[in-house]
Amino acid sequence: MSGAVRHLYVHLPFCAHRCGYCDFVTVVGRTAQHGVYVDALLAELELERSLLAPALDTVFLGGGTPTFTEPDELRRLLSALPAAAEVTVEANPETVTPALAALLREGGVTRVSLGAQSFQPRLLATLERRAGPEAVRAAVYALRAACFDNISLDLVYGIPGQSAADLERDLAEALALEPEHLSLYELEAKPGTRFTHAHGAELGRQAEAMEDYFERVVERLTAAGLRWYETANFCRAPELAGGRDLRALHNLAYWLGRDYLGLGIGAVSTVAGLRRRNRPSLRDYLAALEVGEVPPRELEPLDESVQTAERLLLGLRLDEPVAFAEVRAAVDARALARLERLGLAERRGDTLTLTRRGRFLGGGVTADLLA
Amino acid sequence: MAQDRIRNFSIIAHIDHGKSTLADRILEVTDTVAGRDMRAQLLDSMELERERGITIKAQAVRVAWKGHQLNLIDTPGHVDFTYEVSRSLQACEGALLVVDAAQGIEAQTLANAYLAIDNDLEIVPLVNKIDLPQADPDGASAELAELIGDDPARVLRISAKTGQGVEAVLDAVVERIPAPTGDAEAPARALIFDSSYDQYRGVVAFVRVVDGSFSTHEPLRAMAQGTRFEAEEIGFFSPTMRPVEALSAGEVGYVVTGLKDVSRLRVGDTLTSERRPADEPVPGYKDVKPMVFSGLFPTDSDDYPVLRDALERLKLNDAALHYEPESSKALGFGFRCGFLGLLHMEIVRERLEREFDLDLLVTAPNVAYRVLVQGGDWREVHSPADLPNEFETVEEPYVRASVIVPKEYVGAVMELCNERRGHFEGLEYLSELRVHLTYELPLAEIVLDYYDQLKSRTRGYASFDYDLAGFREGELVRVDVLVAGEPVDALSLIIHRDGAYARGKALVERLREEIPRQYFDVAIQAAIGARVIARETVKARRKDVLAKCYGGDISRKRKLLEKQKAGKRRMKQVGAVEVPQEAFLAVLNLDSSKR
Repeated sequence: MSGAVRHLYVHLPFCAHRCGYCDFVTVVGRTAQHGVYVDALLAELELERSLLAPALDTVFLGGGTPTFTEPDELRRLLSALPAAAEVTVEANPETVTPALAALLREGGVTRVSLGAQSFQPRLLATLERRAGPEAVRAAVYALRAACFDNISLDLVYGIPGQSAADLERDLAEALALEPEHLSLYELEAKPGTRFTHAHGAELGRQAEAMEDYFERVVERLTAAGLRWYETANFCRAPELAGGRDLRALHNLAYWLGRDYLGLGIGAVSTVAGLRRRNRPSLRDYLAALEVGEVPPRELEPLDESVQTAERLLLGLRLDEPVAFAEVRAAVDARALARLERLGLAERRGDTLTLTRRGRFLGGGVTADLLA
Repeated sequence: MAQDRIRNFSIIAHIDHGKSTLADRILEVTDTVAGRDMRAQLLDSMELERERGITIKAQAVRVAWKGHQLNLIDTPGHVDFTYEVSRSLQACEGALLVVDAAQGIEAQTLANAYLAIDNDLEIVPLVNKIDLPQADPDGASAELAELIGDDPARVLRISAKTGQGVEAVLDAVVERIPAPTGDAEAPARALIFDSSYDQYRGVVAFVRVVDGSFSTHEPLRAMAQGTRFEAEEIGFFSPTMRPVEALSAGEVGYVVTGLKDVSRLRVGDTLTSERRPADEPVPGYKDVKPMVFSGLFPTDSDDYPVLRDALERLKLNDAALHYEPESSKALGFGFRCGFLGLLHMEIVRERLEREFDLDLLVTAPNVAYRVLVQGGDWREVHSPADLPNEFETVEEPYVRASVIVPKEYVGAVMELCNERRGHFEGLEYLSELRVHLTYELPLAEIVLDYYDQLKSRTRGYASFDYDLAGFREGELVRVDVLVAGEPVDALSLIIHRDGAYARGKALVERLREEIPRQYFDVAIQAAIGARVIARETVKARRKDVLAKCYGGDISRKRKLLEKQKAGKRRMKQVGAVEVPQEAFLAVLNLDSSKR
C-alpha cells in the first residue's frame, strides 16, 4: 500500500556545540547515540512508509548539524532513505571535508545547504560559530570537487555590531563563491536563548540603523542576477543556470502547501489535513521506537479555513502569484482593497500577489489580509 | 408637634472630622437605633459612599430627646455639592460645627461655617476626637471660637467614637438652637432639600415644611418647575420610613411623589398645595449647572447601549448629572457628560464601572466656556471640539479658592497658584502656625491636577475648597491634534495661549511614541487653527517579515499572524491610520497626571 506524500524531512539533531542564537531541536555531542538514533529514524520510516508515494520528489536532512552525525551512521541512513530527485543535506562548513563530500555524493545527495552565516570572524564569534570564513570557502571547494552543482549558503544579517559595510562584504564574499542558492535570514533574538540574554538589548538599540538591511540584501542579490523567489530565499535565475529551476524544491513544497512527512525528534508532518509534531525528547523518541511504537506526538487537525489561511500566508511569501480562488475565503476584502490602494498588494486577473514593497512588509500585510 | 418642641439641625465638618460617627452616636443615644442594629455610618446608604468616607446624598432622621423632636439633616461634605449643602442648611435653624481636635480648622470647615452663617444658623461648635493622644482640644477650641466669634468655653468637647459628651450635644441642640417659626395657618410651603429615586415608588422628596401642613393624597405642585403630582405617601425617617397622615410647619420628612424622573423635582424648589397655593416660593432656588465636562466612551463599542442605560439610571437619582450623545472619530460612540465638579465626575465614573461593569475611556475633563461669536451671540461650549475657529471673546469660569496650610508651605502654595494663572486675593493667619490663603483661579486649572499638586507640594498638609466666582475673559485657544492631517477630536483641548506650545509639543511627542509605525509616514501635529505649533513623524515601516518559514514553523507563524490581526482589529481608525486605543489612553493620562 502506498500513499501520496512526495516530500520527506529527516531531522538529525546532533551538534558539536549549541550556538547561542539557536532555538532548534538540537542535541550536543552524544556520538554514542548516533547509531541508535538512526535505527529509530529508520524504524519510524517503516511505521510511516505507507504514507509515502512510490517515488519521492524531495528528501531533506535538517538539523542540528546532519553532517556532524558519525560518518558510518550518516552513510547507513542515506542508503536506507528512499531516493528522490532532490536530496538536500544541511551542513556546517567545518564538517565538510573531501571525505564527507564524497560520502554525501555516494549517498545520493544532490544539494548541500551550508550554514555560512557570515564571512567576518568578529561577527561569527558573536554568533558562536566555529567555522571561520576560510572553512566556508574550503567547504564550497570540497563540494565542487565532489561535483555538487547545487550549493546553497545561509547568511545571517542584523548581527550585533554588523555595519552596512560588513553586510555588503558578506554578500560580496558569498556571491564570489557562485552558489546556486542563498538564504538570507535576519537574526532574531528569540526569547529564552543565550544570545538574546547577551545581545538582546544591543540588538534593540541597533534596530533603527539596521532597518534597511533587508532592502540592501534584496537589491544586491537581485542585481547579481539572483531571483528573489521567497521572502528569505534567492536562487540563480534559470537563464543564468542553463534553464534549471534552482529553487529549494523541498521548501517550495511547504510554501505551496503540499503534504510532507517528517521523521525524527521535533519533526513535523502535515498529511491530509492533520499536522503532527514529534516531541523533542530524544530519550522518549528512542524508547518508543525501540519497541516499534509510534513516538510521542502532538496532533493538530487543520480544518478547511486553517488550510486556506496557510495557503495564503505561505503563498504570499513567493514571487509567483497565488490563485485567488484558492485563498479567497481567507482574505479580508476590505483589507485587500486598502492594501491595493497603498500599493502593497495586487490582484491581477485571477491571481493575488504582493508588490515589491508589499513583500518587504509581508508579515504585516499578510496579517492584515487574513479575514 | 408644636413648633417650639422641634429643632432642625445639621452636622457640618471637614471630611474625616467625625460627622458620620457623631450622627451614628446620636441615633444610639436617643434609642432611635438599638445598639445591635447599629451599622457604622448608618446614614450613608450607598456602598461607594461608605468606601470613600463621604456622603453624596443628604437624608434626614427624626430622633426624640427629652420631649423634643430633633431632625438631623445630613449634608454632603464636598465642594462639588455646595448647592445641596446650602439647601440642606436652609432647612435647619442650627448646625453642629465639628472640628477634629488633632487637626483644627480645615478648608471645608471654613466653607461650611460661612455657608451656615450665610443661612443665619445658630452654630454649636464641637471639638471631636478628644480621646486621641495627639488631640489639642484647647488649640482647636480657640480656633473654632475665633472663627465663629463665640466664647471658647462654649465649645463642646466630645468623642463621638466613645460617646463622651454626646448627650450634652443633644442638650445644647435643644437649648441653643431656635425652634422653627413658620406660620402653621398660612398656605403650605415646603423646601425640597434633597431627593432620591426608588425604582418602585419613583422620586422621593426630602422636605422641610416651612408654613402650613401637607397631607397624604393631597395634590401638590413644585413652584419653580411647575411639576404637579399627588403625595402618595408622607412620612419621616426614624431611621427607616415611617408614614404619617400629615407633616406640619417646622417638621422635616419625605414625600413619595410617584414621579419617574428626578429632574422634574429639583433640590431647592418649593412644594405647595394645589388647593391653597402659596404666593411666593421659599427663596434660594437655583438651577445648578454642570461646570466640568468630559467624554465617556465604552472601551468596547458593543457596550454603548449598556452605557446609555446606565447613565439613564444614574440620572434618575442624580439630577446634577447631564449627558448627551457624542460621537468621536477616534473613540467611537459615547456621551459628553456634565458634572458639578471633579469629585462628582469621579463618583459617576466609578459607579458606571462598578455597578454596571463598564470599561470606560474618559477624555480629559474640561470646563464650560462662554463664547461670543461674530454677530453678538453668546454660546456655551462644553467640548473643546465645539469651540468655533473664529470668535470675538471666550470666557472661562473662575473660582475663589481657599487654602489652609501650615505657614512654612505658604511659598509653595503661592508658587503653585501663580503657575496656574491665579490672582492673589488675601492671606490671613488663623493661628501662629496656620495660614488661610485666598486666590482666584481658573476652574480649568483646578480640574487638571491642582489638588494633587497642592497635596504633594505641601506634603498633604493643605486643605482646599472653592466657590464659583463667575466667568472671566481669557486668552484661550483651541489646540487640535492631527494624525495624518485628520483631527483627533477626542484630543482637542482649550488652553491659555501661553501654555499652548508646551502642551501641544508634549501631546504630539507622546502620541508619536504610542502610534505604531504604519505602511506610510504619519505626521502628528498640534495646531491652533491652521497654524501648526508642533510636529512629529512616525516613520513608515520598511520591513515586517517573518524571517523563516519552513515545515516545522507553519503553525506557529499562522498563530502569530492571527494574533497580529486580532491586535489590529482592536485599533481605532483615524483616517487611514490605525491607532491602538492605548495610545489615546496614554495621551489622556498625560492630561490628567502630568503637564
